[in-house]
Amino acid sequence: MKLDEIGTTLEAEWLSDRTGCHDRTGAEVLSCHASDLMSDVLTSTGEGSLLLTGLTNAQVIRVAEVADFVAVCFVRGKKPQPEALQLAGERGIPLLVTPLSMYDACGRLYVKGLPGGHRAKEIPSWRARK
Amino acid sequence: MAGKEVTKTQEMIYELQVREVMTRKVIAVASATLMGELRGILRDNRISGTPVVDDGNLVGIVSIEDFINWMSDGRPRCPVADRMTRQVRTIYDDEPLVQAVNKLERSGFGRLPVLERETGRLVGVITKGDIIGGLLRNLEVDYRNAERRGARSSHIFEDIIADRSLLRLEYQVRGADFGRAGASASGLKTSLGRLGIDPQTTRRVAIATYEAEMNLVVFTEGGRIRVEVEPGLIRLVVEDNGPGIPDIEQALQPGFSTAPDWVRELGFGAGMGLPNIQKCSDRMRLDSTVGKGTRLEVEVLMERQDDAEGSGARTGA
Repeated sequence: MKLDEIGTTLEAEWLSDRTGCHDRTGAEVLSCHASDLMSDVLTSTGEGSLLLTGLTNAQVIRVAEVADFVAVCFVRGKKPQPEALQLAGERGIPLLVTPLSMYDACGRLYVKGLPGGHRAKEIPSWRARK
Repeated sequence: MAGKEVTKTQEMIYELQVREVMTRKVIAVASATLMGELRGILRDNRISGTPVVDDGNLVGIVSIEDFINWMSDGRPRCPVADRMTRQVRTIYDDEPLVQAVNKLERSGFGRLPVLERETGRLVGVITKGDIIGGLLRNLEVDYRNAERRGARSSHIFEDIIADRSLLRLEYQVRGADFGRAGASASGLKTSLGRLGIDPQTTRRVAIATYEAEMNLVVFTEGGRIRVEVEPGLIRLVVEDNGPGIPDIEQALQPGFSTAPDWVRELGFGAGMGLPNIQKCSDRMRLDSTVGKGTRLEVEVLMERQDDAEGSGARTGA
């Protein structure tokens, strides 16, 4: 799923003009992590993944950078803090803001076929599928 | 080289979709607009033509050529509807760029209105300029990726002749400075990328460093992160001068945390830091004395080149 389509699905606003990432609309997103707990997010790779979160501090961008996330989308219409916005611009991480709640945002993406990024081996149905 | 670029561009015009490069902000006029008003509209928006839309439906297109013909006919007072081109060639937003190129080439038009496939609504306009701009942007992205791959293939250690080579990087971390937290991990990640370390290894080291850095910021007065890069191995040594960990075994339990509330509110302090560092590393050693300080040593083995391709297994995704 292209980042562009994610934006449309979530009815999200691009903060791209300010972060200089407008050329990333075609970036491929293969999975999604949704969490307000950065500690948990950091336990898996963000490669090819979208980070959905309600947190808006600059450490969210650090996490996205360090774990190789494709982009960050803030839920409930929350705008990132100025330091977060600036850091994202410096690091070339696209930012989106959706008016949807975390639940609804996840639901829409899941229905569109975007899987979760953390496919825990502990989940029985995942194990069975293998 | 030139041949390669052409191939890349050709590839892109098949891969990119119209909606990725089109102009979304469409200047349109209604069919009832007077031809006399057209000049101002074209001039103010610096465009050479515009779609004609009635109630959201595309009914035609009017260009500067239509305008010139109208002028040479003695500027009769009439609406755009009388002078516009009704047979409009359009394109769907999900079609590949190559279709747009072909249609523009065959028709000789300067622009194509772009319709959304499901609704048939006008969602944008695509011009040759948009196509060139889109290709250039994507070539730039491609170039940046290629540059990164280039750096990666120039493995610094393969060029150095020595019995043992070691590169040392050092970062100072200030305690309680949450705003700056992560700056070391970020700087290290960029540096490892430039050294040509593979992305999986780089990510594991960056995450481990970030977690360690966060611990320094939250729990200590500050400390030092030393990174040693050797062929096949990256070693992190993180040291601080207190307060120390009373029970190391307990600290390594996932979920155990003594983090203050302000840290938890920021999305951290869930007791996953040390376990996660352990998970990212191949070897980890933690020594701590209460009142004196803590020393964390972590080793990450580099992915071997032959299995580095596409394998993220070590990250435990």
